[in-house]
Amino acid sequence: MSPRVVFPNRVLPYLLVAPQLAITLVFFYWPAGQALYQSMLKEDPFGLKSKFVWFDNFKKVLADPNYLYSLKVTVVFSVATAAVAMGVALLLAVMAEKVVRSKGFYRTLLIWPYAVAPAIAGMLFLFLFNPSIGSLAILLRKIGIAWDPVLNGTDAMTLLVAAAAWKQISYNFLFFVAGLQAIPKTLIEAAAIDGAKEMKRFWTITFPLLAPTTFFLLVINTTYAFFDTFGIVHAVTGGGPGKSTETLVYKVYNDGFVNLILGSSAAQSVILMVIVIALTAIQFRYVERKVHYG
Amino acid sequence: MATVDLKDVRKVYPGGVEAVKGVSIAIPDKELCVLVGPSGCGKSTLLRMIAGLETISSGTCAIDGKVVNAVGPTERDIAMVFQNYALYPHMKVYDNMAYGLRNRGTPKDEIDSRVRSTAKVLELSHLLDRRPRELSGGQRQRVAMGRAIVRNPKVFLFDEPLSNLDAKLRGQMRVEIKNLQRSLGVTSVYVTHDQLEAMTLADILVVMNAGLVEQMGAPLDIYEKPASTFVASFIGAPPMNLLAIAAKPDSQADTLEKFFANGAGLGIAAPVLAATLGFRPEDADVLGEGEKPSGSLKLPATVEAVEPVGAESFLYCAAAGGRIVVRVAGRAVAKPGDSLEVLVPAGKLHWFDSTGKRV
Repeated sequence: MSPRVVFPNRVLPYLLVAPQLAITLVFFYWPAGQALYQSMLKEDPFGLKSKFVWFDNFKKVLADPNYLYSLKVTVVFSVATAAVAMGVALLLAVMAEKVVRSKGFYRTLLIWPYAVAPAIAGMLFLFLFNPSIGSLAILLRKIGIAWDPVLNGTDAMTLLVAAAAWKQISYNFLFFVAGLQAIPKTLIEAAAIDGAKEMKRFWTITFPLLAPTTFFLLVINTTYAFFDTFGIVHAVTGGGPGKSTETLVYKVYNDGFVNLILGSSAAQSVILMVIVIALTAIQFRYVERKVHYG
Repeated sequence: MATVDLKDVRKVYPGGVEAVKGVSIAIPDKELCVLVGPSGCGKSTLLRMIAGLETISSGTCAIDGKVVNAVGPTERDIAMVFQNYALYPHMKVYDNMAYGLRNRGTPKDEIDSRVRSTAKVLELSHLLDRRPRELSGGQRQRVAMGRAIVRNPKVFLFDEPLSNLDAKLRGQMRVEIKNLQRSLGVTSVYVTHDQLEAMTLADILVVMNAGLVEQMGAPLDIYEKPASTFVASFIGAPPMNLLAIAAKPDSQADTLEKFFANGAGLGIAAPVLAATLGFRPEDADVLGEGEKPSGSLKLPATVEAVEPVGAESFLYCAAAGGRIVVRVAGRAVAKPGDSLEVLVPAGKLHWFDSTGKRV
């Protein structure tokens, strides 16, 4: 370890971290505490008075079949989104590495979609795949696929995954490209001389050495699919048809802001918070062990 | 076991840069060919073309009599030791060595016995379960060698394999590489910029400069008869002393007295067209008191610096025509500022024309 620099001043270090601490406290711990407190309150229908009910809201939420269904939807949606977003991004990154001329141009083009706001991305896909006016929906129907995301839950989920993944591909692509560039070229050459063909080289050398990047993106993408996709769900399906695409985040919004069941909504967001913390902890504890850092 | 034949090999990069400008080398079976030259001379590019990592712009490369221009590195049955070793960081030493065999579908128990016996030869047996980052530089180098040897390829390629090691280890590994190469009898191509490595390892020494072969042959032949001033100054440490003498294009042989001020030549005739005179530091001597030399070049010089190395000392002197280095055995008597006379026997003089070619 490199020798530590010691500053004799006792106050200055605290002053230096104070702004960051203040931001974290005000924008994270305060609302989180508020949510925790709210999750134990029960309000009357007119919002005139509320009563402290301990864990009643949690009991109710966890016993609600709608909530469990929403959990299932979220898992399907998150796994599919993360898998598609990372898989496609990796494929594109590997292909972009092979481009000899105007590499930078291709890369720039592939990074652009990240600049599109979630709601706009959602609208884009909504229009493209709208069963009655969508240009791509018409194409799908022409090749014999009965496409109707407005009525068919599976189609709606597919559309949602496509839209959510599409937006995240650029981000993942950027990291995969950087990860690929960090792999020394001589390693690939050594593997080639060692008789490994291209696919074999990828799976035995490139992919394992990309593991730190892949792991990082796995954490980021799961969190993204859980939390940041509200805009897309809201714009594309609004949780429908029925409740087939109502993810946990969307349900929090729906119950809290549309149906105004604040207690239940707060309880749900606390559960969501616990889920994501647990998920990240699991990823770091079990998946990271298999990751080799250079 | 194989021969390597390069015929008029060229490499032109897309930008128009010509890195290798037509090189022909024939390496007989089981011999070690060293490509030596300054950085940017095209030696590494040439090696990479033999490996199949670079395409050959024109000319042919044949391994074992078969032209391999269109064969990828995967199928050439060669092994290469890289300068940075290029060990797979996520694999244990054992897997690093077994990787090439696995890719070629060698049976498991054969892989195991071959990896273990190779590890034994290279004294790596106790390191098989380690990862490359847990090894020292010298150990990594050995693993890289092991990875090449275990495959039992037709040709070994070495790309400056010792340049990342310290001087002592480098000397040790040099001997080891030579012994291994000889005992395994595998045709090898070795790239280096270190002339000492080149001299000691080579069966065939190829001195390259600016994309061309400057001279090719047995190391000592090249040392004794450098074909050009470039080779003369590149091979040998310290390099050969080179002094400019005025060239007279069509004159008859001239005695050296004419070129040096105070009657230095002592009756030595300079060949026609000679423009540069060269001699090795070890062929020169300091004229002792009362000695009356004959048939030697006598050069008045002033000592500028003295480098005692132990068994020998180097005198850096300023002489008419340029700076020279003289090697004297043991401790040097001379001190900086001393004037002395440097003596070189006529038979040890080298002559080069105005283009640098040997006369």
